[in-house]
Formats: sequence, C-alpha cells, structure tokens
Amino acid sequence: MIDEKKALWIYKTMKEIREFEETAWTLFTENKLRGSVHLYTGQEAVAAAICSQLTDEDYITSTHRGHGHCIAKGARLDFALAELMGKATGYCKGRSGSMHIADFNKGNLGANAIVGGGLPIATGAALAQKMQKKNHVTVCFFGDGASNQGTFHESINLASVWKLPVIYVCENNEFGMTVPVSQSTSVRNISDRAKGYGIPGETVDGNDVEAVFDAFARAKERALRGDGPTLIECKTYRWRGHWTGDPETYRDREVTEEWREKRDPISLFRTCLKARNLVSDAALDAVDTAVAEEMRKAVEFAESSPEPDAAHVMDDVFYEG
Amino acid sequence: MAVISYAQAIRKVIAEEMRRDERVFLMGEDVEKLGGVFGTSRDLFKEFGTDRIRNTPISESAIVGAGLGAACAGMRPIAELMYWDFAFVCADQIFNQVCKTRYVFGGNAIIPLVIRGQQGTGRGNAATHSQSVESIFMHIPGVKVACPATPADAAGLLRTAIRDDNPVCFFEHKALYITKGEVPDDPEFSIPFGEAVIRREGSDVTIVANLLYVSRALEAADELAKDGISAEVIDPRTLVPFDYETVEESVRKTGRLVVVHEAHQVNGWGAQVITEVGKRAFRYLDAAPIHLGAKSCPLPFNLALEQAVIPSVKDIVDACHAVSYR
Repeated sequence: MIDEKKALWIYKTMKEIREFEETAWTLFTENKLRGSVHLYTGQEAVAAAICSQLTDEDYITSTHRGHGHCIAKGARLDFALAELMGKATGYCKGRSGSMHIADFNKGNLGANAIVGGGLPIATGAALAQKMQKKNHVTVCFFGDGASNQGTFHESINLASVWKLPVIYVCENNEFGMTVPVSQSTSVRNISDRAKGYGIPGETVDGNDVEAVFDAFARAKERALRGDGPTLIECKTYRWRGHWTGDPETYRDREVTEEWREKRDPISLFRTCLKARNLVSDAALDAVDTAVAEEMRKAVEFAESSPEPDAAHVMDDVFYEG
Repeated sequence: MAVISYAQAIRKVIAEEMRRDERVFLMGEDVEKLGGVFGTSRDLFKEFGTDRIRNTPISESAIVGAGLGAACAGMRPIAELMYWDFAFVCADQIFNQVCKTRYVFGGNAIIPLVIRGQQGTGRGNAATHSQSVESIFMHIPGVKVACPATPADAAGLLRTAIRDDNPVCFFEHKALYITKGEVPDDPEFSIPFGEAVIRREGSDVTIVANLLYVSRALEAADELAKDGISAEVIDPRTLVPFDYETVEESVRKTGRLVVVHEAHQVNGWGAQVITEVGKRAFRYLDAAPIHLGAKSCPLPFNLALEQAVIPSVKDIVDACHAVSYR
C-alpha cells in the first residue's frame, strides 16, 4: 500500500521526470542538446512507482529511454542534465550523453542504448545478489521492442531456472520506434510470454501508479522469497516521438492528444491522492514549485558547467588501480 | 615444480583462485559434470558445489551478459565460452557491453570478469569451431587479451586475469590442452600482462608468434639453424597490453621481422605489430617484414585442406629466408 510518505515521493519523482524531459525537449529545440535523446514523458508512473520500493542496494538496468529510471533511482537533475549536455560535471564525465547514464552508488547499473542489451546484465546482477545471499532485488526495465530480442528469451529462461531475484518490467508504449506492437509481436499481452518460462506474468495499466505499485510489490515479495523472477508488462504511451526529431508520421496525433488529456499519469495520481485523502493539494503544489526551482537550478548548473578536457579522453578505458 | 598439462594448469588455477576468493566462480556450458569439453574444470563441482561451478543453458549472450552484471555487482566471474567462435553469438554483450561499460559510465564501474575459452584448428571441428579470433578483441578497445602458449603461461596468465579488475578475454588453444610442461606449485605464481617472453634467442631474424604458433616458430628456428640462420622467437603472451618494446629491441638487433599467427592474416594482429615496428625501428629494418596468417577462407573440415589454409612450418622457414635474402 502507498502511504503518505511514499505518495509524496512518487509524486515528486514523477514531477522531476516530467520537468526534466520537457526541459530536455526545449533545450533540444534550442540546439543546446545534440545526439540521440529519447524522452520518457507519459511513462513516469512506471519508474516512480517501482523505484519507490527500492533501496540503493537494489539494482536497476535501464534503456535508451532511460532518464526516468535514472531519476527515480536517485539521480540528481543537475548531474543528469549536465551529462545530456556532454559536460565534465555530468554523471559520466560527458562520455555517455543521454543513452548511457549510470550511477553505481545508487544501484543504477546503467541505461543501455542497445535494445535488449540490459536484460542479461540485470540477470547477472541478480545472480550476484543471490550468491551473496543479499536480501535485495534487481529490476530490469525494457520496452516492447526488446521483448523480441534473443536476450529476452535467454535472460528470463536463465533467471527462471536459477530462481533469481529479478523483476523484468516491460514498458509497452505501443511502438518499437515506428512499428506498432501489433505488427512486431506475436502476443497481445507481452506478459503472456511469462508462461513460456514457467513464471508469473502480469499486465497492468502503466499509467496507474497504484496498479504498477501493487504488481511490483507482489513480484518483489516473490523474488525475495527465493521463488524467482516475474514479468510485469506496463501498458503505457510515450507522449513524444521515438526521439526528439521524430516526425511521428506513423501514429495518429489525436490518439496522442487523448493520452495526454485523459491518461496523464501525474494528473491521474493527483486525482487518486485526492480521492484517498492522502496528500493535500497544497502539499502537492509545494512539490510542483520545488521541482520547478530544482530544474531551473539544474539548467543553470549544466549550462555553466565546463566542457570535458580532451586531454583525458583516454582515461577509464581500463581500471588502473 | 610439477609437470602437468595445459588443461590441468588451467584447472589448477581456477581451483586455487576459487579457494582464495569466494567471489570467484565459473559458469558456462557443460562445466559441471563433464568438466568442460577439455576437462578444464573436471571434478571441481565436487569441491565447490554447483553454485560456483555453474552449468548454464546454451545461451552465450546470457552467459557473458550475466558475467558482466555479476561483476558489476561485486562478484569475480569466469564466464566460459565452449568455443571462441561462439563469441559471435554474443557479440553485443562483449563488444557493446563488456568493452564499453567502464568507459561510458565515466569510470564508475569495476569489471573483474574473465571470459575464457578455446579456439583454433587441429581437431577437425570445421568452419565454426576452428577459427582463431583474438585479433578482433584487440581491435575493439575495452578488454585485455591473453593468449598462453605453454602450461606455465596458462597458469600464470590466468591467475593475473582472474585477479585483474578489468575484463579479460582469455584465449586457449585446443591443440595445446594435452601439451605438458613444468608449472610452479606456488598458488601465487602469476605472470604480469604486457610482458613478452623470448622463447629462443637469436641474432639474424625475429619471429613473433602466439599460441600454437610459438611451437611452430620454434620448429622453424631449428630448421633455420641448420641453414645457418639464427632466429629469435618472441611470444607476446598478451595482445592487450602488447609489449612492443621487446619486439622493437629484438628487431634493432636482427634487422628482420616475421610475424606469424593462426588468426586470419588480413587485419590480423601481426599487421599491428609490423605497423608499430615500422614506427619505432624503421631504419633498423634490412627487409620488409613478412606477415603470415590463415588465408582469407573459412576453415575447412578435411585435415589436408585445413592445413592448407593456415601457415606451415615451411612457410615460416621460407619467410625467414626471404627477409634474410638467403
């Protein structure tokens, strides 16, 4: 169950992600960001509801659309934005950009720009947790597209055979780049594939914080019991295109508008909190103001940060001790 | 000092390192009851259990990727590929993930992962089980590359690989497993990376060779001695890092260079050695260096055909004569 403290945390996290993504969009249109930037706007409920149940000792792996997971796993907006801008103060010293942010201190084993690339890595992190007899879990975030990669099959099969404490969270946002799921995927619900691995699979409304929260709570409990992985499919929708320059010729703008207007996860969560009488509007408004200020400072920090020194371009290829 | 086989040397070091450090474990196909196709983990499950000598499904991407994930999470995995040819099945996990994780994450990650397996010709395993692929791992930055040619080097280099805090690709040669040699009993015996060894001293021509071709180069040196040509044979032992200094010093002395490997000649690691020597010691060279490697042709099954693709001892001898103009 979501208590007041968690509710506030989830709300704040969703707002941070939203502010961050919309700021990234603006900066991109102003030519202040370059490269591949894939925005998470519209999917905030998944990262926030799940990461609200994790500690720094729990791991996540993320995707090319990874800013949301990264922020929900404890990233600071200023360091993250500095990384998007390729600055020396960024999480990865300007080497990663949007698609490879990691912060091992927070248990974030990294975004991954290869679709499906993170699934084996998450599986291995969970193997380590099991061998070290740690009472923690690994969450593997991936998209509908990754569920058609071989690594999906190899990883979930392995985790099931070894009963690893890993939760596979598929964010089905209806498109693998421009191709609709109906054209690429053999099942209506990706969670149906769980049957093939002898593990539970569950499909939830990915824009409903409580639904995601509860499904994940069950999966985490199962993982900690030693019963192995779960596949959770969160049906959601990305508001922006696949990437910032996407002309979006493959989908109907009216549908996107409908998702924005009727199924905004943040508005829905506010309504839910009101109905539950859990957090006051005033408290939520205060969060909005604080997050906007945090974002403003992050932009200031990132813009004024130095560029990395090319003299150090060869550093960190290897660990030198 | 005991005389043991190359395979036994590898098994010995895996066991010693697993005794020493509980974070070390082995996973791969058929490593448990079978002990690996070449016995490199034979019976180890009896001592360490199946948790640490871990049979995997036939899922190379999961084997290597899980090794990476486990390494990021504090373990020191040894991920075994039954044949190095199978690295192409999991190329993304090696080249895009293992190689790049530390760097792109801004030095955040420490990745003590060993990926090991065997490669090469000699057992009639045909095109997809006989290649020598180590050059590719030198081309893409981010992994160290070790290629032991003797039982002692297998032991010493593997210990260094397991204790290294970086990913190491460890290339064994299937035809070397049964070869025997003296290996120090000392469970601390190790060989640092980046130190070539001079297998035979000579003054007229430098031959650089790795893995199976170290013994073939030595055979060629015996032949050449009969013709009055004194060949120096250098085994680099690791390709990343590479000890160019030892090669350079030798070429300054001999003025002649032949590089030979079983890996395909085109863009094989020997080309890089010749480039470096050209840069460092061009004016000491009395002849254009010769680079020998497998022909640009898949490895065929038939023994005679297979041998026709890879360099022979005679090819090495001929190359040395050519650079010596006699």
